[in-house]
Amino acid sequence: MSKSSTIEKDIYLPQLATVEKRRLMNATEMYLRLTIDEGIFDYAPGQFVEVSVPGIGEAPITISSSPTQKDYFELVVRRIGNVTNAIHRLRLGDKVGIRGPYGNGAYPVEEAKGRNLVFICGGIGLVPQRSFVNYVLDNRDDYGDITVLLGTKCMAQRFFQSELDGWSHRKDIHFMETVDEADDCWQGNVGVVTTLIPKIERELTSALVFICGPPVMYKFVLLALNEAKVPRENIFLNLERKMKCGVGKCGHCQMNNLYVCIDGPVFRYSDLAVAPEAI
Amino acid sequence: MSVKRINKDIFTSFIDKLIKGQNVIGVQATGDRFDFAPLDSAKDLRLDYDHTLQPPKKYFLPSVETLLTYDIGAGYKSVLDDAKFIIIGVHPYDMVAINQMDRIFSQDNYDAHYMRRRNNATIIASDVVTPSKNVFAGSMGTAVVKEGFDILITDIGDAYLAEIASKKGQELAAKADGLVAATKSDLKKRQDVWAENQSRLNKHQLKCKPCDIPRLLDKAYNHPVWQEKAETCFSCGSCNLVCPTCYCFNVQDYVNWDMKSGSRDRAWDGCLLDGFAKVAGGHDFRKNRADRFRHRLYRKGKYVPAKIGGEIACVGCGRCIDACLPDIANPVNVYNRLVEDLGIK
Repeated sequence: MSKSSTIEKDIYLPQLATVEKRRLMNATEMYLRLTIDEGIFDYAPGQFVEVSVPGIGEAPITISSSPTQKDYFELVVRRIGNVTNAIHRLRLGDKVGIRGPYGNGAYPVEEAKGRNLVFICGGIGLVPQRSFVNYVLDNRDDYGDITVLLGTKCMAQRFFQSELDGWSHRKDIHFMETVDEADDCWQGNVGVVTTLIPKIERELTSALVFICGPPVMYKFVLLALNEAKVPRENIFLNLERKMKCGVGKCGHCQMNNLYVCIDGPVFRYSDLAVAPEAI
Repeated sequence: MSVKRINKDIFTSFIDKLIKGQNVIGVQATGDRFDFAPLDSAKDLRLDYDHTLQPPKKYFLPSVETLLTYDIGAGYKSVLDDAKFIIIGVHPYDMVAINQMDRIFSQDNYDAHYMRRRNNATIIASDVVTPSKNVFAGSMGTAVVKEGFDILITDIGDAYLAEIASKKGQELAAKADGLVAATKSDLKKRQDVWAENQSRLNKHQLKCKPCDIPRLLDKAYNHPVWQEKAETCFSCGSCNLVCPTCYCFNVQDYVNWDMKSGSRDRAWDGCLLDGFAKVAGGHDFRKNRADRFRHRLYRKGKYVPAKIGGEIACVGCGRCIDACLPDIANPVNVYNRLVEDLGIK
């Protein structure tokens, strides 16, 4: 070995964070507000952390808060596997391990300046997008028109409702929502999120478009955006994959030659031409 | 760098001397096969072996290792392996694989767990005496190795030549008696061994240059070979398990009996295994067997090379060919088929 390292930082070692707030937002989504116990935690919109629950394991979760908010960071976790179920069982004051923030491909905060922005969110896909939406709202003068489309399966699965109500009452953000299946109380749009896309054709012109949702959603949204003649360079996808290390070693999140952990999780659509496994 | 000649008897007593003072790992027979294992006596060392069941990778990236320990509420502690060791008998193709792993684990995000072991190791490589039945190192340019080892041993018949290539190698060689400078004729014999090994270690002939493979794969993504080969694939992951350049891993937490403390361990994983890319909730991002089969050969021939500066991440050891029950894993067969169908221009 020719090289020997002088600084041997362990990339797998989590730091501790404390659960400051927790709130079950619907049957499956838990909101957590965390503070790092030591030092400063700085991140970019779109970056994620590896959250450890001792004895259970680690899971990659995108940060939902905007970094304009300095004192804490927020996660929203769907109860779906071992770690996320354990996260749901955390109580106030409990400690979790945090590694990160990770993701060299976060939202393009600089490139987006002065541009019109469209966010297309499917269900829990709202969670990562919220980080950038709130970042833009906190730096409102730097950005053009903002449009947010949100599609949720049913009313019972909606979350962040008061925040979304706030968005829909603001004059400087255009928020549209739909549910796949409506009940009698629902007076809004019905149908999958793509049904909203024809309604914003004007907004889509020259906008940067950000997509985040379940795997099945991307194809249909991309088809609709293609129809609306949005150039691929203007489209960004926030992707998820199975992930263990978060630092480009374990191989799980690889999509062809790209790694979601180090190259993403936010990808420009035109950069994904080399990665057919992405969508 | 210097090349010394060492009498074979003296080499044996040198190894015995090393065993007395430190942790020495060497190639030994296990039944009618060979493997790397802790060495108790120099007489067990078999530098005439064809290939080992497992590559020496396991001493740098163990099949299971503890990364961290934790105490619930009190946080995590790194577990780094400080044991120094000497490993004897690493073949050139395996040495090339270790050199590639060193790049993977040291670049970008430095992996202290792998690198600590690597820096604690002294590697005595050895040129191949007996070619294994499926080796194709000659095709991959890995029948001979120029770097990475601390000492390289070459059997020239009546003696060994030892190339001392590093400070660690010098320190080790200082413990050997009876080292004399290699003569011109000795060095000529070594050149002959190297030249012969290029053709002897080539039981499967690749019909293109290794450096052509990435370009070949650029146009092969939708070729029928992936589906055809994968038809009989068991998704057993044996090809991953024996590969010296496979390094994907899984990470899992374990709890001690006190229910308060435990460890976080990492273990080898394999991209051929069903569920390698499956997330909680059930969505599988590489569900088709053919896609997983293709992914392995693209990693070896395109994705990993792009990360490490172009070198193909298949070193031609032939272990996957031996390990594959349905006999579909041979990378040469697949790459040659693509050369025939698609050409390399």
